[in-house]
Amino acid sequence: MSVLIFIDHSEGQIKKASLEALSYGAAVAAQLGTTAEGIILGTVNTDLATLGKYGIKKIHQAADKALDALDAQVYAKLIADTATQSGATVLVFSNNFNGKAVAPRVAVRLKAGLVTGAVALPDTSNGFVVKKNVFSGKAFGHIGLTSPVKVISLNPNSYAIKEGEGAAEIVTLSVTPPAAKVKVTAATQATGEVPLTEAELVVSGGRGLKGPENWGMIEELAKVLGAATACSRPVADAHWRPHHEHVGQTGIAIAPNLYIAIGISGAIQHLAGVNRSKVIVVINKDPEAPFFKAADYGIVGDAFEVVPKMIEAVKKLKGIA
Amino acid sequence: MKILVCISKTPDTTAKIAFTQNNTKFASDGVQWIINPYDEWYALVRAIELKEKDPSTAVHLITVGGADMEPIIRKALAIGGDEAIRVNAESHDPFYIASQIAAIARQGTYDLIFTGKETIDYNGSAIGGMVAELLDLPYISLATKFDLNGTTATVIRETEGGEETDEASLPLVVSCQKGVAEQRIPNMKGIMGARTKPLKVVEPAAAETLTSIVSFELPPAKAGVQLVAADNPAELIRLLHEEARVF
Ligand SMILES: Cc1cc2nc3c(=O)[nH]c(=O)nc-3n(C[C@H](O)[C@H](O)[C@H](O)COP(=O)(O)OP(=O)(O)OC[C@H]3O[C@@H](n4cnc5c(N)ncnc54)[C@H](O)[C@@H]3O)c2cc1C
Ligand SMILES: Nc1ncnc2c1ncn2[C@@H]1O[C@H](COP(=O)(O)O)[C@@H](O)[C@H]1O
Repeated sequence: MSVLIFIDHSEGQIKKASLEALSYGAAVAAQLGTTAEGIILGTVNTDLATLGKYGIKKIHQAADKALDALDAQVYAKLIADTATQSGATVLVFSNNFNGKAVAPRVAVRLKAGLVTGAVALPDTSNGFVVKKNVFSGKAFGHIGLTSPVKVISLNPNSYAIKEGEGAAEIVTLSVTPPAAKVKVTAATQATGEVPLTEAELVVSGGRGLKGPENWGMIEELAKVLGAATACSRPVADAHWRPHHEHVGQTGIAIAPNLYIAIGISGAIQHLAGVNRSKVIVVINKDPEAPFFKAADYGIVGDAFEVVPKMIEAVKKLKGIA
Repeated sequence: MKILVCISKTPDTTAKIAFTQNNTKFASDGVQWIINPYDEWYALVRAIELKEKDPSTAVHLITVGGADMEPIIRKALAIGGDEAIRVNAESHDPFYIASQIAAIARQGTYDLIFTGKETIDYNGSAIGGMVAELLDLPYISLATKFDLNGTTATVIRETEGGEETDEASLPLVVSCQKGVAEQRIPNMKGIMGARTKPLKVVEPAAAETLTSIVSFELPPAKAGVQLVAADNPAELIRLLHEEARVF
């Protein structure tokens, strides 16, 4: 019995969401009185042994450059075979883009019950029950898993990274990868920007900003805070902003520590994607805007006057000239 | 070419989310049901577009659900598609649902299987990958663009803060999201035509259920907003830094 955690990476870096998954998996292992192990496919610029500080005893690696690009089918086989060989009974993924591609396949291979979007450690007091996000952030579901092997896919920003001491033993994966059927012909990465799904701070703009030419102050506020930028759906639909910034029920769901909504009314479909944010700040000139009901802090005022002053205040606080 | 589009239903996006029977059941009284937006706007419309380009294409819709699924699947047929199959079973276990879809897919030998990115009620984002594994097919998840050249698909999929262009040969399973197509409103001709399109009801294949919903919970209510004067944004920044400690 052990817990096996999938370690996701891109451009040589281990994703923050995977550090959360490692911390989570280590806690699950402690809860079950067993050990946590990791699996990484492809190559990274990190000394993997240092991942031991997240509570990981062993890391299975297939250091094959051909595996740097994801093929869900190949990944699933390698992960499932490793799980079987190492006797893993719980597998942990991050519910990020790659996790969504691979975890369901692994679950099928292992005939394992699957919970995606987990937000808390399993309750093992009576069976095995995992709390997950349902109704696009409007509620939680407690899902019972009855199969001998279980797969949990952890929502990003739902479990805090825990660092301790220790080094992990690195073992080379003894399985040969099948040929990939999906060929990656191009990949682009917005460099220098914080990916929205991994961001702890998010600054978001809506139709109240009137047009794409007014996004300079949104980007600047994000920059001084070290935040990612997001937007409401009509803003993305009008191509004022790229569609990957669209948050909400039909966009991406995020749960940052801070979400600043500027010129966004707070429609129920928008709230669905952001209401798990720990702190919500609303800047809106309409005191009746529904968003204020979901907010922790707010300013009733004109964004064009308020935001530049917020930027100044952050700069002053951080000592940025 | 044959395309299978997976269609599910969800409560309308403005529906009040509440639970009954000691928080074990979704309170569906008075709730409007809609086609899951990702299935309707992207998966279905892209399949129809492929048929418009190549009229020899057959587009079949599949849903795993009870009789209350019929108006939803008829609406999907009104948007497009040639015929629909309903597997007469209700379940929220992704493995069970995927097993049903895979069983139908095996009989129909489809070249392409489209699903939505996720259902907006249970947010699994799992069915596509499971179906692909059950059929031993490649799977490209969270596609924002799908093009077909003969039997080679070129798909753009979203990644953390970027995107990736993938190429794969059919048969293939793809989960669709924004970008793949544009929403279409059914027209009168479509609505009339949908009434006579075949809707086959089949009994479920034997499959295991590996998960169950034990209970639901609503998030705790917010304490209420703390307003800061419009002429003093610096105070807001101070509160965020010193009180909320978010940066
Ligand atoms: C099925 C469905 C799914 C949907 N999914 C999503 C989704 O995923 N995400 C999403 O965002 N929406 C979604 N929507 C749309 C949603 O219902 C709203 O229409 C949308 O969120 C509104 O965007 P907005 O707040 O930017 O614009 P508006 O509603 O137009 O609000 C603009 C706000 O800006 C304020 N404002 C104007 N000028 C200023 C100023 N100078 N300073 C400060 N404030 C100002 C106004 O008071 C107003 O509150 C969906 C709708 C449907 C039907
Ligand atoms: N009961 C169902 N019947 C048919 N297709 C479904 C069903 N449930 C989910 N799907 C499809 O699978 C996709 C992903 O669903 P899920 O994994 O449940 O989030 C949906 O967008 C649908 O295309």
